[in-house]
Amino acid sequence: MFDELRDLYQEVILDHGKNPRNFRRPESFTREAVGNNPMCGDALVIYLSVDADKTISDVAFQGQGCAISLASASMMTEILTGHPVDRAEALFRVFHQLCTGGEPAVDDLAFVDEETLERLQMLSGVREFPMRVKCATLAWHALDAAVRGEHKTSTE
Amino acid sequence: MSATVIQTDLGSNSVRAFDVEAIRADFPILSSEVYGKPLAYLDNGASAQKPRQVIEAMQQVYEAEYANVHRGVHYMSQQATRSYEEVRRKLQRFLNARSENEIVFTRGATEGINLVANSYGRAFLKAGDEIVISHMEHHANIVPWQLLRDQIGIDLKVVPIHDDGSLDMRAYRALLTGRTRIVAMTHVANALGSIVPIAEVIRLAHDVGAVVLVDGCQSAPHTTVDVRALDADFYVFAPHKTYGPTGIGVLYGKEAILNAMPPWQGGGDMIASVSFESTTYQVAPLRFEAGTPSIAEAIGLGAAIDYVSAIGMGAIAAHEEGLLHYATERLSSIDGLKIIGTAREKAAIVSFVMGCAHPHDIGTIIDRAGIAIRTGHHCAEPVMERYGLAATARASFGLYNTVNEVDALADAIEGVKELLG
Repeated sequence: MFDELRDLYQEVILDHGKNPRNFRRPESFTREAVGNNPMCGDALVIYLSVDADKTISDVAFQGQGCAISLASASMMTEILTGHPVDRAEALFRVFHQLCTGGEPAVDDLAFVDEETLERLQMLSGVREFPMRVKCATLAWHALDAAVRGEHKTSTE
Repeated sequence: MSATVIQTDLGSNSVRAFDVEAIRADFPILSSEVYGKPLAYLDNGASAQKPRQVIEAMQQVYEAEYANVHRGVHYMSQQATRSYEEVRRKLQRFLNARSENEIVFTRGATEGINLVANSYGRAFLKAGDEIVISHMEHHANIVPWQLLRDQIGIDLKVVPIHDDGSLDMRAYRALLTGRTRIVAMTHVANALGSIVPIAEVIRLAHDVGAVVLVDGCQSAPHTTVDVRALDADFYVFAPHKTYGPTGIGVLYGKEAILNAMPPWQGGGDMIASVSFESTTYQVAPLRFEAGTPSIAEAIGLGAAIDYVSAIGMGAIAAHEEGLLHYATERLSSIDGLKIIGTAREKAAIVSFVMGCAHPHDIGTIIDRAGIAIRTGHHCAEPVMERYGLAATARASFGLYNTVNEVDALADAIEGVKELLG
């Protein structure tokens, strides 16, 4: 149909949307948080597990959403696992900049290796669809709330 | 008014041909292109586009006859007041109210419902009284009653709907009791398109002594409304969905009821006299119009009423019914697409879901084909939840839509399947 659409709905996004990874409620987890998008009624629950050495050992999620929000959540769970929890916010800021067509801050990029950056960029096609940025960032907002110990968040 | 209506004399019968292309020419925005494609605007349930006649009427106000209304003896104020009050008379005729005093201007349909909840509700209801709404109300006809419930302790009862989206009349009858004080019900459900048998709803409510507020947001643009024949106590509608401007709403109320109601908002225009010891209030409708109203918007609304009246609400309803049938046929033949809301009596609203795509993805993809539809919960979360859905895609048609636009919609949906399927 159109290049921007193909760019947004790439195979890898569609695959994560249809077969989301870590789509489960773990038996144990450190924190959970709910993300709501009041514009569409979508809701995701994020389950975050953090080790004693403050490394993210597991991220999982459940809920309903569009292809973009499910793919984003699915990819986020893969990206974050293994990172120190105190770097999650920096990763979120980089992701957010990529989704809105901005320049990630140099300080934030210092934490991001090439492979992670590549994965964070997968959804950057959404910058051409401003109304859909909230879909792409819903899971990240919820994760951010979980990291900060809040239990509910909203993308509006 | 331009040549949107062709009148042909056939003996004593006068037949009006509905010329959709002439109508489209009156709406400047409809010749827009979106992403290089002709705009197919199918989001009329959210807000309708404006004909040149409305746009020009509002411009004329600001260029030639603008001043505040109901104040001042100078020429411009008199002109503005005359034009503003003339719209009240147009609305009286449009709704077939008994008197222009039954037409209250608000800032929107939502404010009209809040006005009734706050003024009538607080003055005449007490703890233990019951208000009845339906499961397919939009938030504007749910939340004001919940606020009232939390303030004064009334009970809110919800009439269920059948799977096809029609109101469960048997359940409605059973919910009406001697304690029912208000029935607040949509005339046409915004998310499903179902037409409520509102005359019967009103008759049954009156049998138990309740007053009825009809939410006409989705009925005023699409069908003839006769508040006297319906015997409605209150009727609200949203002018911006009826080809008029935003920033103004209409509340019809029976004159005796309005005059028994206390003011809601205080300010200028709604008083008879003010002193620090005591203030006396105007009678309706001015009692409920505190402060400077939306003057140019009211006059724009008058032009919108003239516009649809000249075409004829009957002709508009017939045109839209044709679109509904065609769209239902086209969309239901698409594999994997399911229409939500299949009541026998429906307005030209088609809500649907697809197995392969979330409504938001559908909306984004067909937008690139120039097609504007609503996706989401339609500000009616409870009815979405009734169907186990977070969202639907919704095409809602207006007087200027065409069968070609329905075809464009169906083709674009095939494109969604191609991309995501």
